[in-house]
Amino acid sequence: MPDRKSAPQIKDAVDYAIQLKHPEILQLKNKTDLYKVQAGTEEVVQIEWVFKAGNWYEQQNNVAAAANFLIKNGTSTRSAYDINEYVDFYGAYLNRSCYNETAVVTLHCLTRQLHSLLPLVQEIFTDAVLPEEELHIFRQNMKQKLAVNLKKCDFVAGRKIDALLFGDKHPYGIYSEMADYDALEIETLRRFYAQYYQHGHCTIFAAGIFPTDFDSLMETHFGSLPFNQNAPSEPAHLLQPAEQKKWNILNDTDGVQGAIRIARHFPNRHHPDFPGVQVLNTLFGGFFGSRLMNNIREDKGYTYGIYSYLQNHIHGGAWIISTEAGREVCEATVKEVYYEMQQLRFGDIDAEELLLVKNYLIGTLLGDLDGPFHIIGRWKNLVLNGLDISFFNHSVDTIKNIQAEELSVLANRYLNPDDFYELTVI
Amino acid sequence: MVKFERFRLSNGLKVLVHPDTSTPMAVVNVLYDVGARDEDEKQTGFAHLFEHLMFGGSVNIPDYDEPLQVAGGENNAYTTNDLTNYYCQLPADNLETAFWLESDRMLSLAFSKKSLDVQRKVVCEEFREHYINKPYGDVWHIMRELAYTTHPYKWMTIGKELPHIENAQLEDVKRFFFKHYTPCNAILVVAGNVTVEHVKALAEKWFGDIPAGTPYQRNLPQEPVQTSERRLTVHRKVPMDAIYKTWHMCSRMDDRYYAADLLSDILGGGASSRLYQALVKEQQLFSGINCYHFGSLDAGLFTIEGQLVKGVDIKLAEAAIEAELDKLRNQPVDERELQKVQNKTESVMAFEDMSVMNRAGSLAFYELLGDGELMNTEFDKYRAVTADQIHQLAADMLKSTNSNTLWYLSEPGATTT
Repeated sequence: MPDRKSAPQIKDAVDYAIQLKHPEILQLKNKTDLYKVQAGTEEVVQIEWVFKAGNWYEQQNNVAAAANFLIKNGTSTRSAYDINEYVDFYGAYLNRSCYNETAVVTLHCLTRQLHSLLPLVQEIFTDAVLPEEELHIFRQNMKQKLAVNLKKCDFVAGRKIDALLFGDKHPYGIYSEMADYDALEIETLRRFYAQYYQHGHCTIFAAGIFPTDFDSLMETHFGSLPFNQNAPSEPAHLLQPAEQKKWNILNDTDGVQGAIRIARHFPNRHHPDFPGVQVLNTLFGGFFGSRLMNNIREDKGYTYGIYSYLQNHIHGGAWIISTEAGREVCEATVKEVYYEMQQLRFGDIDAEELLLVKNYLIGTLLGDLDGPFHIIGRWKNLVLNGLDISFFNHSVDTIKNIQAEELSVLANRYLNPDDFYELTVI
Repeated sequence: MVKFERFRLSNGLKVLVHPDTSTPMAVVNVLYDVGARDEDEKQTGFAHLFEHLMFGGSVNIPDYDEPLQVAGGENNAYTTNDLTNYYCQLPADNLETAFWLESDRMLSLAFSKKSLDVQRKVVCEEFREHYINKPYGDVWHIMRELAYTTHPYKWMTIGKELPHIENAQLEDVKRFFFKHYTPCNAILVVAGNVTVEHVKALAEKWFGDIPAGTPYQRNLPQEPVQTSERRLTVHRKVPMDAIYKTWHMCSRMDDRYYAADLLSDILGGGASSRLYQALVKEQQLFSGINCYHFGSLDAGLFTIEGQLVKGVDIKLAEAAIEAELDKLRNQPVDERELQKVQNKTESVMAFEDMSVMNRAGSLAFYELLGDGELMNTEFDKYRAVTADQIHQLAADMLKSTNSNTLWYLSEPGATTT
């Protein structure tokens, strides 16, 4: 009979050395940086073309997102269907996504199909036509999607909290209204495409198992494009946080749950408190064993889940607590969130709890670095935020070495309930 | 190619080991051959509620999550209509911690009243969050009851109704546990930076003395062949009309499964699929349309769901879907289109196999199907599907007498545009 009462010996995860594999960095002739991580067991590749083409650069709401969406919906020689059919035929995925500062086109495919696919990707960066009809379909479908989403308390709360924090004119706080879609004009999108994609600022991140002629392929298809000729002008955006801190919105009279968001501003990754607060956040609400989860789900059963997280934008962000709770326990839930903030400020963090969080963080980090796509993802984050490996290493050191007293100091600095916006949407 | 070894303990527990030294981590995956289909119709949602209780302490260990997190691990679980799967990942040096935790909860749970009280509430909130407080959230509740008269697939994994969960008693929990959570009803997969010898020793040490339990004889009422078309219309407070159509399809292990899976890709797999191109892009009747199935172990449902463009007559929209289906019923797909969906399947499988966690889960699933080795050979079955087989299947399966149609209509006054 094994001794089932006592835990087996463990090696503390904090004793592991964590190393982020370095990418190979190439520069194409047109000054496009190409980061490569060759690793993995499957014969697959992922390539991301990252453009400075997020909504930070638009002058009208949704222009960046619409241009990003339409980029693969037709060139002068191929229809949207032709492009989709071609990509699907080679078993590939060609996706695009638009964020605040950046917009990305991503290709996933089997290594052996890469030769057939890169010419197509090149074509959409040089010859996308953004057809009027495609904009019409996009507009119609996005409006319908929005109508459905506006029925969801979590969706409404998610956009409202951003608007409260940053202002509804700021790129981080702006959200879509039906009229914004109606106002989109194809010529505006085409100009945006020409400026921010065709002649835009591009960085490439690639991972997986590459074909032997990968470098020359990339040079052939992307090294002569008119990227990176001028640094894009960096627009200034004014932060306009709301004056009123507490908000209750009744979105659905029949709603049986409320979406709760409690949030404050938080600086970007360059701030010296950032790595420590990542540890504090984990303990507070960042994982399944967090204080918020233990109290509000596992002890009280008010919710299916509650999390806190750092919302990271390049220029600055927010610290947000997010949950959906039963309508009749929303108030009680909010009260418990503040209670947990105060506990972190004025109560003790015992050594055992802190070691658990550290081991958990290092353990998941070890697991997260499994595979080429995760490794390049880390590098992409560093590069786009103007950071280098020292930030990663410093974060790891912070997890391993931070003391309870330092966390208390950070809690007092950042978890004062008075600093938070509080929003409940039913 | 996923290499693994397999052995069985004397209590019936199947163990599969998949060593991969390229990672510092280990994954322990325990699949129990029990899902919502094994529930009593008067006590639905139990398999899933039970999954929550599996984290509420076991007979010798008061808390599951904490020691795992201390060992640098993380875990999760899910329940489907067919099975329940638990998995954790941790640094391979701490593998024994996972064995200690998983074996103790297979031995017996703590059956704490507090845990049951809390998890009933948590699951009720999960029910509300996903199925009540969301537009279109009750679709599958309605569709399952329409399509199934007899088979337990007629209720959702979360359960048929909230009171079934609210009224669950500790005695029911115990009975369910000792009936289903036994070594002879489970598959253990250990993957990552491990050796077969080490896993053998640990499995023997931690799981070897757990009583085998009585093998569960699954004897589910099978769904009779549907002989006439079923239709239902509901009105809800949603902004857009939607249509859902299902047809009974073969089970996961049927030879025709591969043709059915490829057919769903031809119709609804991505931006070049037939339904999307014809109905969203060309005719602009739908704002979105999909075709999929659940890959159920018993005979399942082949599904088309579409959200209508505002103002489009639903009769017209349905006729347009039928026109696309007619093409498939009347003539074989061309070779390039077949090759396209086969290529897509090949690449989906390659990407799925990238993480050791996914490989462990897939091995457990294929072992449940009968043989973990299927994971390496199944793509050949997709490659072997012919255009004629797809044509035949479409003609047989997509008949109106085999169909269930739900019109999910916007109540007047529910619009926001």
